[in-house]
Amino acid sequence: MSEKLNLTLKVWRQEDTNQSGNFVTYPVADVNPHMSFLELLDVLNEKLIKEGDDPIAFEHDCREGICGSCAMSINGEAHGPVKSTTACQLHMFNFKDGDTITVEPWRANSFPILKDLVTDRSAFDRIMQAGGYVSVNTGSAPDGNAIPIEKDKAIEAFNAAACIGCGACVSSCKNSSASLFVSAKLAQYSALPQGKPEQKQRVLGMVNKMDEEGFGHCTNTGACEATCPKDISVKNIGIMNREYLKALVD
Amino acid sequence: MNSKILDSKIPSGSLERKWTDYRSSLPLVSPANKQKQNVIMIGTGLAGASAAASLAEMGYNVKAFCFQDSPRRAHSIAAQGGINAAKNYQNDGDSIYRLFYDTIKGGDYRSREANVYRLAEVSGNIIDQCVAQGVPFAREYGGTLDNRSFGGVQVSRTFYARGQTGQQLLLGAYSALSRQINTGKVEMFTKHEMVDIVLVDGHAKGIIARNLVTGELEKHAASAVVLATGGYSNVYYLSTNAMGSNVTAAWKAYKRGAMFSNPCFTQIHPTCIPVSGEYQSKLTLMSESLRNDGRIWVSKNKGDSRSPDQIPEEERDYYLERRYPAFGNLVPRDIASRAAKERCDAGYGAGETGQSVYLDFKDAIDTMGQDTVSARYGNLFEMYGKITGENPYKSPMRIYPAVHYTMGGLWVDYNLMTTVPGLFSIGESNFSDHGANRLGASALMQGLADGYFVLPYTIGTYLSKEINSDMVSTEDSAFDSTLKESEETIEKLLSNQGNRTVESLHKELGLIMWNNCGMSRNQEDLDKALKEVDELKKTFWSDVKVPGRSDSINKELEKAWRVSDFIELGEVMMHDASDRKESCGAHFREEYQTEDGEALRNDEEYNYVSSWEYAGENVPPNLHKEILNFETVTPTQRSYK
Repeated sequence: MSEKLNLTLKVWRQEDTNQSGNFVTYPVADVNPHMSFLELLDVLNEKLIKEGDDPIAFEHDCREGICGSCAMSINGEAHGPVKSTTACQLHMFNFKDGDTITVEPWRANSFPILKDLVTDRSAFDRIMQAGGYVSVNTGSAPDGNAIPIEKDKAIEAFNAAACIGCGACVSSCKNSSASLFVSAKLAQYSALPQGKPEQKQRVLGMVNKMDEEGFGHCTNTGACEATCPKDISVKNIGIMNREYLKALVD
Repeated sequence: MNSKILDSKIPSGSLERKWTDYRSSLPLVSPANKQKQNVIMIGTGLAGASAAASLAEMGYNVKAFCFQDSPRRAHSIAAQGGINAAKNYQNDGDSIYRLFYDTIKGGDYRSREANVYRLAEVSGNIIDQCVAQGVPFAREYGGTLDNRSFGGVQVSRTFYARGQTGQQLLLGAYSALSRQINTGKVEMFTKHEMVDIVLVDGHAKGIIARNLVTGELEKHAASAVVLATGGYSNVYYLSTNAMGSNVTAAWKAYKRGAMFSNPCFTQIHPTCIPVSGEYQSKLTLMSESLRNDGRIWVSKNKGDSRSPDQIPEEERDYYLERRYPAFGNLVPRDIASRAAKERCDAGYGAGETGQSVYLDFKDAIDTMGQDTVSARYGNLFEMYGKITGENPYKSPMRIYPAVHYTMGGLWVDYNLMTTVPGLFSIGESNFSDHGANRLGASALMQGLADGYFVLPYTIGTYLSKEINSDMVSTEDSAFDSTLKESEETIEKLLSNQGNRTVESLHKELGLIMWNNCGMSRNQEDLDKALKEVDELKKTFWSDVKVPGRSDSINKELEKAWRVSDFIELGEVMMHDASDRKESCGAHFREEYQTEDGEALRNDEEYNYVSSWEYAGENVPPNLHKEILNFETVTPTQRSYK
């Protein structure tokens, strides 16, 4: 495992939203296989800075796979080749000596590229603001145990709520649909009694906002689930569609 | 020195009645006046998001800022274990008093009784609030909330959502914040970094923020400014904090007159995945619940290079069980961390680097079966496997301590206001509730207590007096002069023709801090390290190389500015660690220990909160002491033997 790797990176470079970008090739030698993919970019950036070049801009923060900041397609797959893993937790022992690796930003009209691998994902926040909450003011809550919730329902809600909002689902969908992201939030509240009173406004608000932001429709390919680093299930999309229909005829 | 008296404004009355009575007597701001007032919130983690949402619900206008691309990404999201609350749902004799007592004892008697009691008092409300928001806490089959025991306490008071409690609580606060953004009461500024505080007549009346996409410096005015900017663990370069976590906002506040308290109280978490090479950018924590069933050991032979399965039982040293037979592998964080360092420094460490110890589940798997172990720790084992490429079911994990949380922070009074009028600090960014050591599952509790249930009331003590003052506008000359200083710093960083990358300077700082002001400290090292940090500061400004422009996304510029502040903080940490000539909580001074190597606290001379006041460039800071009064509990020596 301590064999060093020699790799070739092809990285998308783009100055800002208004300019066009292109792939630039960088050889990276002596890569320690224990490095994470982002640490590989760190090492490359140190080299670029020393040589007077502009380092590659990419989003990252917790580097523990939970904040959802890191966002890049690696060899055409959102977050790279390892299932249920974010780019920051992808380690280089998953690659072979001599590999050429392509790195590019999320590709979706609703996520404009700001620079290199950095995209603007604020559309997700705006969808959440359109109904992704329970309207309960601070101080007005009843005792925590006043609302019993079946264990299975709590688990169902948790599984949906585990979404980290990274946008991999949008990036891997051929329609750039945000259905997995939106449905995960809707399914969380739909499994819980706390979510019931506002269910109708919530589903209409969030789904309409998703359309307004320019995300495409779901055509059930399941690419989103396959690349989701948190294994969010496409079943949530079924829940969303059912709720949406109900809200329309209600 | 020591002349300035820090008034903690702790209300009189019995401990149990202080908060209730005080809250009822706080001046109110009428609904009409609330609508006229703006509050600036810096940071949108647990404390910031909950406070921004609550203030907006009350009627204030809030401008909230975060450097991430969404408030949902604040580092509170990474907290794993859980959140404490004195609900006594398990009927095991828990109470507000017990939570208060455990917290004050765990903090090694270096925190304020009144603050800690208030924290315990509102802990139950936090759970209620989060449940109502739809936070999917773990449940029992009967539908009630589940609890677990955490951090070596004798009751089960920790509420949790699998190993992602921080995430779920933050998303709850984020949902409340999103709702207020939708109503227009909160204006959200993502990808913005606060780069300075603007003072008008000595009061905090606004900020300078840098738009991290366009690079523009913006002026924002308000009636009050709240910092909810988290801790400063990244002063050590390697820590479990997020890469962007920084001290800049708190540091600007310090340089504008807010005092910084107990900076040397930094928590080292014992169960992290060890460093594997020079490229390492951060450390990953694994929940300390692993210590419930895992056994920690090293070889009895120095420099043993055999693989762990080749080391026979009789040649293994289960050093925690040997030194602390009563608590064994469950001793508090500071003790477990120091014991690991002691073994590795003595040459018994495991792995290629010798900087790790084994955490072994073989006995647990033999007695409970792999399925039970997997049900309890499966996600942690999986994470370990993902990062190291090793299978912890087959061979023991390797762990090493890592910096994780900072108890020190901006000094605040009982109202959570700093020594600058109108400037507040909440959550990890203040110093207030954890003393010299924080107990597990208490960070989330404090962030949300401050944000939902304390600040929204106590900020009224200041704002109620401001209703007659004219709203400060960004036309005030103070905004221009402060903005000009920020421009000059940017210019200085970008125009420097150095040859050192920001990263290399940050790493150098981290090593100095870790080696001299980390798990154990002594006077000689601290004196030497203070000079080294001072030298590094000069090197930074002469040799730093920051590429790119100021008018676009420039991550190196962001980092450079943060690192320059960390270096200055490093100096003050050294002063603080030098001043505190006792061992307490996370602060272990080698000169002050018992014969068998345990911490020796000195209540006679060091029963105070050290508060450092900025005295100017290249001048040592002034120390002020807030003496702690223990009216209810009697400080005793902690013993885990």
